[in-house]
Amino acid sequence: MTIHQLSVFVENKSGTLLQVLNLLKEANIQLIASTISDTVEYGIYRIICSEPQRALDTLKEAGISASVSDVFAITLDNTPGRAADAIQQFSAAGIGISYLYSFLLGGKGILVFRTDNADKTREVILEKRLSYIEEKDLSQLQ
Amino acid sequence: MKNNSMYLHPELETMTRPEIEKLQMERLKTTLQRCMNAPFYKKRFEEHGLKPEDIRSLEDLRKIPFTTKQDLRDNYPFGMSVVPLEQVVRLHSSSGTTGTPTVILHTQKDLDEWANAVARCLYMVGLRPGDIFQNSSGYGMFTGGLGFQYGAERLGMLTVPAAAGNTKRQIKFITDFGTTALHAIPSYAGRLYEVMEEMGIDPRRDTKLRTLIIGAEPHSDQQRRRIEDMLGVKAYNSFGMSEMCGPGVAFECPEQNGMHIWEDYYIVEIVDPETLEPVPEGEVGELILTTINREAMPLLRYRTRDLTRILPGECPCGRHHKRLDRMKGRSDDMMILKGVNIFPIQIENILMQFKELGSDYLITLTNLEANDEMTVEVELNEFIDDYGFMQRLTKEITRQLKDEILITPTVKLVPKGSLPKQEGKAVRVKDLRKTLI
Repeated sequence: MTIHQLSVFVENKSGTLLQVLNLLKEANIQLIASTISDTVEYGIYRIICSEPQRALDTLKEAGISASVSDVFAITLDNTPGRAADAIQQFSAAGIGISYLYSFLLGGKGILVFRTDNADKTREVILEKRLSYIEEKDLSQLQ
Repeated sequence: MKNNSMYLHPELETMTRPEIEKLQMERLKTTLQRCMNAPFYKKRFEEHGLKPEDIRSLEDLRKIPFTTKQDLRDNYPFGMSVVPLEQVVRLHSSSGTTGTPTVILHTQKDLDEWANAVARCLYMVGLRPGDIFQNSSGYGMFTGGLGFQYGAERLGMLTVPAAAGNTKRQIKFITDFGTTALHAIPSYAGRLYEVMEEMGIDPRRDTKLRTLIIGAEPHSDQQRRRIEDMLGVKAYNSFGMSEMCGPGVAFECPEQNGMHIWEDYYIVEIVDPETLEPVPEGEVGELILTTINREAMPLLRYRTRDLTRILPGECPCGRHHKRLDRMKGRSDDMMILKGVNIFPIQIENILMQFKELGSDYLITLTNLEANDEMTVEVELNEFIDDYGFMQRLTKEITRQLKDEILITPTVKLVPKGSLPKQEGKAVRVKDLRKTLI
């Protein structure tokens, strides 16, 4: 129920994002989804991509601070209100969402998120039979 | 009975205080006579109505005026030589990035004595023929290159002049040659470890590295312990300066508690950088050195600008040569911010306590609307994908810095490797304040 997320520490300086993207381009890594929000001095650029481990090695070799971690990924039907229904389940269990972003893949909505309680989140996903994806599903869905 | 195998030069290293002072006085007398061959010293002595014979005791040394870096610049390149140029076999010049370069000249005997001093230091920390010594200093004009090369060879070690840079090749040499001892500046030692990690090399398992010589860059004891932990070595602090030859001026013994300064080479004084009066024993001040074992270019009461103190008490290693505490910064490094005196080392000591932070940092001083501001950028060692964590970390660093320096700096976490480096040395302070008229 988790997929790998590549996180890159980027300075708020013109050109840093492009440098990261160019390195991934040269390594022929495909981006599936990515997000970054506005901050003052630095940002965390979070990426779902093909071959996250190889992407990490590529960036680290270029001296860029990055890490790969696991994030939850659940799939939703592409109809209004499904995200609210899903999040309602976590909220009811007292789970806090640290961050969340979503994208469409193969006609399905994918909700990527991290919570303040991974074990409890797992329980809720299983108990409420939420449909989720794993790392291997990503390549098939493309 | 002393175990003589601990000392390379037992007769000199284990002299008692009276023996040291007697030798110093003899060598000082010779040095002063020789100095009269240089128009610079001759004139200066005359101006002060001073003759070499007036110096009858080590106390009398204080009658002699200080020699400064400016004197070296004013007499660039050969004006301070006390021997004819045909006796000079080596010249080292500073980079001159902060003004006219300074030049230091050596006779063959000077080079021999320099090699002896460095060999003595390396022997002191347990290095012996059979050890393989790799030197990652820049060669050429930078004295850390040739200085350690000659000293390590004098000791009889297989010496690898790897020189600076090319970290992967440096590591290849370490593994291929079975390097047991390495000389590196502290920030570079950290870099080596990072690259070893990336290459999947465990320094404890995959290398024979056991001894590290660190110097040339001020660092804290925490930083040393961290380097020792990372690389699985014992790291010894080395103090040198190009005006005094280079490395081999003072060095830690196995006690790792202060650096013995070789008093058969130098007379040490510690003075208040403002009043230039001696400070009470054990207090911090500017290090003043007089060379007494040098032919080509003796320096009398040279103002090193380095701030340190003499550690009180006896050293269990059996050497009575005084011990210098680690450098507290330079008298010209001192920042005055909102009327508060601050040394970069104070900031470094705080930063080194955070395991999340790397060893490189940059202090930038600005003044916006006549208000002094300090920004401290520090490299993150391990990147953690958590804004909340990084905010809390930034806050905690800021709070601890404020407790230490009484000013609230702006702390910025930056990616590893993003801070500027010059000639392998990390740039620590950038003062962008505009003088207000």
